[in-house]
Amino acid sequence: MKCRKCGREAVINMHQHKLALCEKCFLEWVPERAQRTIEKHSMFGRDDRILVAVSGGKDSLALWDILHCLGYEVHGIHIELGIDGDGYSAKSLEKVAAFAKERGGLPFDVVDVKAEYGKSVPELARERKGRKVCSLCGLVKRHIMNRAAYSGGYSVIATGHNLDDEAAILFQNSLRWQVGYLARQAPVLPSIDPRLARKAKPLCLLYEREMAAYALVRGIDYIYDECPHSTGSKTLYYKQILNQLDRRSRGAKLHFYSSFVRAKKEQGLFQQQVQDLQLSKCERCGQPTTAPGLCAFCRLWEDRQ
Amino acid sequence: MKIIYRDEEWEIRSGMTTRDAIIKVGLDPDAVLAVREGKLINEDTILKKEDRVTLVAVVSGG
Repeated sequence: MKCRKCGREAVINMHQHKLALCEKCFLEWVPERAQRTIEKHSMFGRDDRILVAVSGGKDSLALWDILHCLGYEVHGIHIELGIDGDGYSAKSLEKVAAFAKERGGLPFDVVDVKAEYGKSVPELARERKGRKVCSLCGLVKRHIMNRAAYSGGYSVIATGHNLDDEAAILFQNSLRWQVGYLARQAPVLPSIDPRLARKAKPLCLLYEREMAAYALVRGIDYIYDECPHSTGSKTLYYKQILNQLDRRSRGAKLHFYSSFVRAKKEQGLFQQQVQDLQLSKCERCGQPTTAPGLCAFCRLWEDRQ
Repeated sequence: MKIIYRDEEWEIRSGMTTRDAIIKVGLDPDAVLAVREGKLINEDTILKKEDRVTLVAVVSGG
């Protein structure tokens, strides 16, 4: 199989694009695709200070690599969640630190949830029977990223969500027409409050397979293990369903997600839900919240007392 | 010819494509990437007797 661009031996065949590429051309193609996504959705520019969330996984490390190579001003943030299964959190931080060091000391901060707040995320979940680790994890990460962006003066938070992630979330939210969530799913979410930085997903049009291949070819040493709490997760199940669909109809995942994004933009779908959002200020931390009193994050720690 | 995936290993006959080898060991070709001598190889690559191919899962993380 030959590279469509230069005729050398291809390392990857992307059926969804009818495109096979060699190592060199593939390493050019992925950042170019990310850059086109950034421009198409006006995610950020060279003057923006970008906070990139880095977990140690392939997508976030690849994103950090891509943004750095494209010349953006990026600063990493790693949130130490305290997930102990097989030393998952510890291994993740090792990967982040090694990655930054190999690239001449890329700047990043670590926020240790247990050290800052007294409990790790799994410990918090155990105290709250009925609250899954994953939902607490998301809440904690979003809060910490928003606060870090605000205090550090970053205008954008970039995350490594890939197309498979986005399509699975879209599918999940569509099953029950959860319009609130559908309203807030987009390649870029503008800042609607000074304490809520813009949220951008530069990899949202790149298949998970493309990101895994990019990390391998680029020599990025990432954590291969799945999070121990993701076993049996619905998101993984939805990914499998969408992969089956994409096998039968190549590019279906991409069309599903990109058509949704276009419909929102051109036809104003779910705009009402966005406009109806009323925010107040958390009494404790000052972060925006949809409910009066304490925000959901502060309530987590408040309820324990 | 050896195929390795996580902590499993299979010895299978040479001469087939990477894609067929992946299917032969019961895995989904779209769910894994094949690495030989530290290099990514495409699904049409014919595998030789002395090859050791490591398969890497596409899905990882949380």
